[in-house]
Amino acid sequence: MSDTFKGKGASRRAFLRGSVAAVAGAAAAGSARAATPDPLITEVQDWASGFGAPVDDAPYGLPIRFESDVVRRNVPWLTADTISSINFTPIHALDGTITPQGCAFERHHSGAIELKKEDYRLMINGLVDTPLVFTYEDLERFPRENHVYFCECAANSGMEWAGAQLNGAQFTHGMIHNMEYSGIPLRTLLEEAGLGAAGDLSDKWVYVEGADASSNGRSIPMEKALDDVLVAFKANGEALRMEHGYPVRLVVPGWEGNMWLKWLRRIEVMDGPVEAREETSKYTDLLADGVARKWTWVMDAKSIITAPSPQMPINHGPGALVITGLAWSGHGRITRVDVSKDGGKTWETARLARESETKALTRFYLDTEWDGSEMLLQSRAIDETGYVQPTKAQLREIRGLNSIYHNNAIQTWHVDSNGEAENVEVS
Amino acid sequence: APALADGFGLGREALPEEVAAWDVAVRPDGTGLPEGSGDVWTGEEVFTDYCAACHGDFAEGVDNWPQLAGGRNTLTDDRPVKTVGSYWPYLSTVWDYVNRSMPFGAAQTLSADEVYAITAYILYSNDIVGDDFVLSHENFLDVEMPNADGFIVDDRPETEYPLFSTEPCMENCKESVEITMRASILDVTPDEGNEDAAQDEAQDEAAAAPAADET
Repeated sequence: MSDTFKGKGASRRAFLRGSVAAVAGAAAAGSARAATPDPLITEVQDWASGFGAPVDDAPYGLPIRFESDVVRRNVPWLTADTISSINFTPIHALDGTITPQGCAFERHHSGAIELKKEDYRLMINGLVDTPLVFTYEDLERFPRENHVYFCECAANSGMEWAGAQLNGAQFTHGMIHNMEYSGIPLRTLLEEAGLGAAGDLSDKWVYVEGADASSNGRSIPMEKALDDVLVAFKANGEALRMEHGYPVRLVVPGWEGNMWLKWLRRIEVMDGPVEAREETSKYTDLLADGVARKWTWVMDAKSIITAPSPQMPINHGPGALVITGLAWSGHGRITRVDVSKDGGKTWETARLARESETKALTRFYLDTEWDGSEMLLQSRAIDETGYVQPTKAQLREIRGLNSIYHNNAIQTWHVDSNGEAENVEVS
Repeated sequence: APALADGFGLGREALPEEVAAWDVAVRPDGTGLPEGSGDVWTGEEVFTDYCAACHGDFAEGVDNWPQLAGGRNTLTDDRPVKTVGSYWPYLSTVWDYVNRSMPFGAAQTLSADEVYAITAYILYSNDIVGDDFVLSHENFLDVEMPNADGFIVDDRPETEYPLFSTEPCMENCKESVEITMRASILDVTPDEGNEDAAQDEAQDEAAAAPAADET
């Protein structure tokens, strides 16, 4: 077999085809019985005899080297530079719902800044009774909450508006992560400053901005600010990563990732929106008639089959197959995910790994059997409001091709008889 | 501070100097604009020094860097060109964003007068003002942005949610299904990482294979 893998030319495809052939051969023998004893069992292996690594080997460990392909990737042609740019979570290779922070996607507008807790300040000003400055230590003394939420970039799948472009769930759907956050309700901080000066809160806004050069300022209506927005300092149990806003970020459940201000430094209570660059020039959605939607905050129900997918071909041949993926909705819980193997002609309802949490990633499985024939795999999410994830054709009919953001269309993977998958569009 | 008595007593009152240093947001009605002014020709000089390397001498953009001028009446084209002149609804955003976040890599280094001058030059580059125009905090709201009326508030609750909230089809949903587009035809997915990873896997397999073969 080693002949197959000589040099740089050996492709993943050739390797995978080899595996399929081998498995198919075994199946053709018509028996689950091995022809010869497996030396991995019959011979004593080094790891069963010698030492493994000592406990002082890695005070903070990284994944085992065999998982080196489970990393963030960027697509150089997408942006002018790598400072105001994006990379992608390897969702194709993950399972469950919690995104490991080390490979959770990044989106910066002036790079990931290093801001230590001692230097951190948070200001609340504007229409408040007392404008306040908090240190990081102050924030740790407020009552805390824990919640799991997805953060999806408004531009996730944005390159796919015009057609099937990028070949892999990581690239088409990987501007997303899902973490357990510990933090303070924004409401608590606003109340600490006092909202009496704001008067009637129903038409008030908060403007939030980061400590980085881009500032990324965004306007949020007071109703949302007082609802479920968190000022978070821990994610998945530990401090935020530098690239995710260390030491403090905003968590805006269900809403587009741009509003999840990182390195949060200022919150201003206002009687109107700022209409900042990130809510006028960017994060506005151009429609076919030349008018653009603004304030498209919520991320609608969406799903993606993560395996099989272009980066996760079927390499075990026909037989038992797990089709799995993620579903989420900014409107609440996912109640159902349907999967089609024939491009949407027929659908089967998948199994949710566990009850969906609100505005969080939900894992689904379809435990099925593959007969080795071609498939056109699709998934379709339904959320608790009854909203059903639309097709791209449905979205295009309303929006046209140039809205860039908020593409939550059904994705199709063409799986060929070798088990390889490709990003396609279907009629 | 009396307000603190009702809360947790955490934080301390922000001083006016501190608020002034950080609260530099400018709103569509001009709130937040500092006193100052700048004319088109000064703007051209400042733009040449600090901006043109990326945005071009005429704000037309260099390589993949953002184009700030042009693109008028392209918003219904196949490839719309969205610039300050063709797309941005408010001049306040130009002033605010340039003042706060530009030049890229050296933000917050411009004086108020320089920002007024650059803003005047961007307006001139977009044919919105003449070359003798002087922009100041006093005439700021007089400038009419071409696409000021080009935005509507999110209307998905009316235009999309009712359509998409019906019980979906489960069987015999379509007569036939054809593949109409393939990502492999464009072939723009970065594959170096992929291939390297596949290569590592393959080499691991290859390295293991002879040992297995020997038995």
